[in-house]
Amino acid sequence: MSAKITPIIELLQKQFSDIDFAPAPLLEMKDKSAEQWCVHVQPSKLFAVMSFLRSDERCSFEQLSDLAGVDYLNFPKAKDRYGIVYSLLSLSKEHRLWVKVFVNDPNPEVPSVVSIWYGATWMEREVWDMFGVRFSDHPDLRRILTWESFEAHPLRKDYPLTGRGEREDFKVITRDSA
Amino acid sequence: MGLTPVGSMPYQESKEEFLTTKLSHLIDLTRKIGVNWSRKNSLWPMPFATACCGIELMATGASRYDIARFGAEVMRFTPRQCDLMICAGRVAIKTMPVLQRIYMQMAEPKWVISMGACASTGGVFDTYAVVQGVDQFLPVDVYVPGCPPRPETLLEGVMAIQRIVENEGLIHSKERERGMGLVVQPTVQVKVEKGAGK
Ligand code: SF4
Repeated sequence: MSAKITPIIELLQKQFSDIDFAPAPLLEMKDKSAEQWCVHVQPSKLFAVMSFLRSDERCSFEQLSDLAGVDYLNFPKAKDRYGIVYSLLSLSKEHRLWVKVFVNDPNPEVPSVVSIWYGATWMEREVWDMFGVRFSDHPDLRRILTWESFEAHPLRKDYPLTGRGEREDFKVITRDSA
Repeated sequence: MGLTPVGSMPYQESKEEFLTTKLSHLIDLTRKIGVNWSRKNSLWPMPFATACCGIELMATGASRYDIARFGAEVMRFTPRQCDLMICAGRVAIKTMPVLQRIYMQMAEPKWVISMGACASTGGVFDTYAVVQGVDQFLPVDVYVPGCPPRPETLLEGVMAIQRIVENEGLIHSKERERGMGLVVQPTVQVKVEKGAGK
């Protein structure tokens, strides 16, 4: 475990003693100090943990550098369907931490972190658009890449690659109609 | 004098009428040739460049290949001033209505080049988000093959449009063919020896 992130995880465990963070390296490496670490949180506790990580002086993760969704359908040994991955970076303390949340059908929903990092707005909209995971208390949860009347969430694993006819659904312009 | 029923008397052309008809034909012919000549040498493209093919379109416009040799260097970004739409690149499902609207906004007469594998067929992007060929929803005149097409190939496509303009004359685009029959005429004859490849 990298020397920088150890105290952060210990701090988290002390602060939220009721949560099992199950810290694990993202990728096991020979050089232990180069490993990046990840903690797991339940959706109901997410907002409290994130606020703590942002505001506590020893953590001070000022930047949410990425927020991504994962669909674990048919994934080996996966217990939950959807995962949301937050990648946090502290510019002042120079450390990184990943936070994972898992949600399930029906009605997958996690609290929005827009009030902590405003930059999460579009990233959460993208996850909603592509995976159909709702973010409660998001100020403007609209689709971002597809249009509003699009019905599916195309990055779900059970969505066919060639779509359900959306790409054929236009009016045809002939030379007469133009 | 009462009205003569139609068809009761064969129409006879007077001498003056004959002259004026011939004269107006002559004027029509010169106008047609002149208008077509100027029209084909001043095609103003609308660069609808949505992906990597657009880079090659820019190269075609730049000095080395110089589309200005064919009078088509005036890329206009407003469809009202264009008569040749070059659809360069893959068209996503969200872009297709935009493309159609731009096509509708172009003034008559207008022509469309579908440039590259993606615009013509969807290319390798056989996914939910990419339209599998703009010709499904738009009348396309010339298809330019390649991924991306070399600038020479695009110039060949522009020249094919020029040939269409020259041959068709002052025809409203409603009266034109659907364009499937129009292909780039090869200007190079590939010499294959007899019996080769057997
Ligand atoms: S045909 Fe090739 S170069 Fe052109 S847009 Fe498609 S992938 Fe890009």
